[in-house]
Amino acid sequence: MQDKTLIYDGTFDGFLSAVFYVFEHKLTHVSIEHECTAQSGLFAETISIITEENKANRVYKGLKTKLSSSHTHQMYYAFLSEQIGVENLLLDYIKYVFSNTVSVGKDYSHASVLKVAQIAKMVGREKHRMEAFVRFRLTKDSIYFASIEPDFNVLPLISKHFRKRYADQKWMIYDIKRHYGLYYDLEHVEIVNMEFPKLFDFTKTDSSFFAEQEFEFQQLWKDYFKSTNIASRKNMKLHIRHVPKRYWKYLSEKQPD
Amino acid sequence: MFEKLRSLSFKLILLMSFQRTQEKLKILADAAKYDVSCSSSGSNRTNKNKGLGDSTGMGICHSYTEDGRCVSLLKILLTNHCIFDCAYCVTRKSNDIKRAAFKVQEVVDLTINFYRRNYIEGLFLSSGIFKNADYTMERLVSVAKKLRLEENFNGYIHLKSIPGASDELMREAGLYADRLSVNIEIPTEAGLKKLAPDKNRADFIKPMVKVKNEIIQYKAEKKLIKSTPKYAPAGQSTQMIIGASDENDFQIMQTSNHFYKSYNLKRVYYSGYVPISYDNRLPQIGSAVPMLRENRLYQTDWLMRFYGFDVSEILNAQHQHLDLDIDPKLSWALRNLHEFPVDVNTADKRMLARIPGLGMKSVYKILNARRFRRLNWEHLKKIGIALNRAQYFMVCESNQFERRDLSAEKIKGLILQNSTSKYTKTLSNQLSLFG
Ligand code: SF4
Repeated sequence: MQDKTLIYDGTFDGFLSAVFYVFEHKLTHVSIEHECTAQSGLFAETISIITEENKANRVYKGLKTKLSSSHTHQMYYAFLSEQIGVENLLLDYIKYVFSNTVSVGKDYSHASVLKVAQIAKMVGREKHRMEAFVRFRLTKDSIYFASIEPDFNVLPLISKHFRKRYADQKWMIYDIKRHYGLYYDLEHVEIVNMEFPKLFDFTKTDSSFFAEQEFEFQQLWKDYFKSTNIASRKNMKLHIRHVPKRYWKYLSEKQPD
Repeated sequence: MFEKLRSLSFKLILLMSFQRTQEKLKILADAAKYDVSCSSSGSNRTNKNKGLGDSTGMGICHSYTEDGRCVSLLKILLTNHCIFDCAYCVTRKSNDIKRAAFKVQEVVDLTINFYRRNYIEGLFLSSGIFKNADYTMERLVSVAKKLRLEENFNGYIHLKSIPGASDELMREAGLYADRLSVNIEIPTEAGLKKLAPDKNRADFIKPMVKVKNEIIQYKAEKKLIKSTPKYAPAGQSTQMIIGASDENDFQIMQTSNHFYKSYNLKRVYYSGYVPISYDNRLPQIGSAVPMLRENRLYQTDWLMRFYGFDVSEILNAQHQHLDLDIDPKLSWALRNLHEFPVDVNTADKRMLARIPGLGMKSVYKILNARRFRRLNWEHLKKIGIALNRAQYFMVCESNQFERRDLSAEKIKGLILQNSTSKYTKTLSNQLSLFG
């Protein structure tokens, strides 16, 4: 049988539509690849998958009857890792799910189940880190702005947390790496793309963009951070394990004076 | 011209008030940092009427200090003026330090502005005793009240109950705060007499009892009337200082157990004494903070609360001190080898939890995985069970297991050989102090 490569648009619905195609055509030698990273194997036939919400929903509903909601979430988390090959891992997982009558979500001695759980856990950790490490800065037009560069595509996962917490202020969280952000306008959260001035330095608080009082509160926070430390208990190794260095550049308390 | 001058002087006033706040924050954060409680979890205050904040679910650590502690709350004193003279405290009356006091509104502004920037989960407000207990408590309560009623703030608020504060104030405090705590600081009455002669234990207990009773009453009313307001939804906690007076681990954990049971405490914190004075009743400046001992006490506390141990199994008249070189569960297991090995494929949750080296997470992993197949060593490794300590205490679907009838001493030796504890360095430092 000839190998087939299914190319999808990078969305979760697109991926599920591809999964639908696999089952519909009973494909066995198949690989699902993101259109941006696809390497169109020389010996494989490539098929472009059209994203169809109703097909995606049918797959998702099917999974929901077989898995607990925490395990369907796990799949979505793993998908957002954007790791190369994660689609095929998830496909293998989904096949295993549908070939069993009992729920296999916790069968960690199955390689794909374990791998999906592990990747989901990494993504979950990144989600929590972003919920913790986002630092809003008040702009001149009264929007609390934060920029992030998460290892995984976690914006869709943190939206709810920030909407619930900051219901009475306008805020924006922008993923610099993936060039999109979330904007809350006191009513809804929207996905936005922004044009930033050339050479805009996200780590600096520039007085032409940010409110005057912003500098004071950043200073007060930095002072607080220093005062609350107990020098005789210093333990930098533990500190860095909790706050890995790659996050420092966006933390107000870590900025040089 | 006139306009310009006005705006200039206005700016100057702002700048001055910023500098004053900055100075106060430094002093009053510095004085508050020895209180270890940082937990912001256990509450369930949801965002109301599109207000600010939400404290459902787990508390978040927004940062970590360089000593590795979680920063989740703005932890400050309202003032470090104090009429008392407790030997172990930097704020004590006789200490020659800079004093400062926040205005109620200043604390409110700081909290709100830090919260809006996602620096913190909320406020932890404590205070030196200014004038008298009620005068101080009233101010703490008014900060919380302002935050809730004027700012519609739903973030986390932890207030210190001032020993000796009146019942009415404690009742009000619980209406606005998520958690209330009184630090008993010194584990025994004798120790307290020696180090804090102004204080008496009854004053600590009184607000604790009041809060406990209010919580019970509110819970009962809540069952009848749905709209009853929440009263201190995250409960009460307390802190004990370790190593300032000469209590042993047995006494400390007995006190702790008593407080958990009698006052429904959510948490007891153990804080290794950081030497801050040359008072000869206390360890001198420069002596090591007993961090390892503190860690062993927390482990014991954990075993008591989550692993189904009774405190007397770990510490009793025969064993009054926790081992420093091994954790308390391993130490218990070595004294009770007759309970082992445990078969991971059949044992109940209680026994699995007693295997040294297995955390509750690992216990649940085993319980889940064994529903699908009988587990062997490979399976256990795959699902991420650390076997270094556990292997001597369990058997699984394999005929390879520790067959030698090893003595407790021998097992301990083997385990220590194969582990590089993160405390080894601290340990050898602290041991050399005795050597
Ligand atoms: S009453 Fe509190 S603040 Fe005052 S000296 Fe004693 S412990 Fe310190």
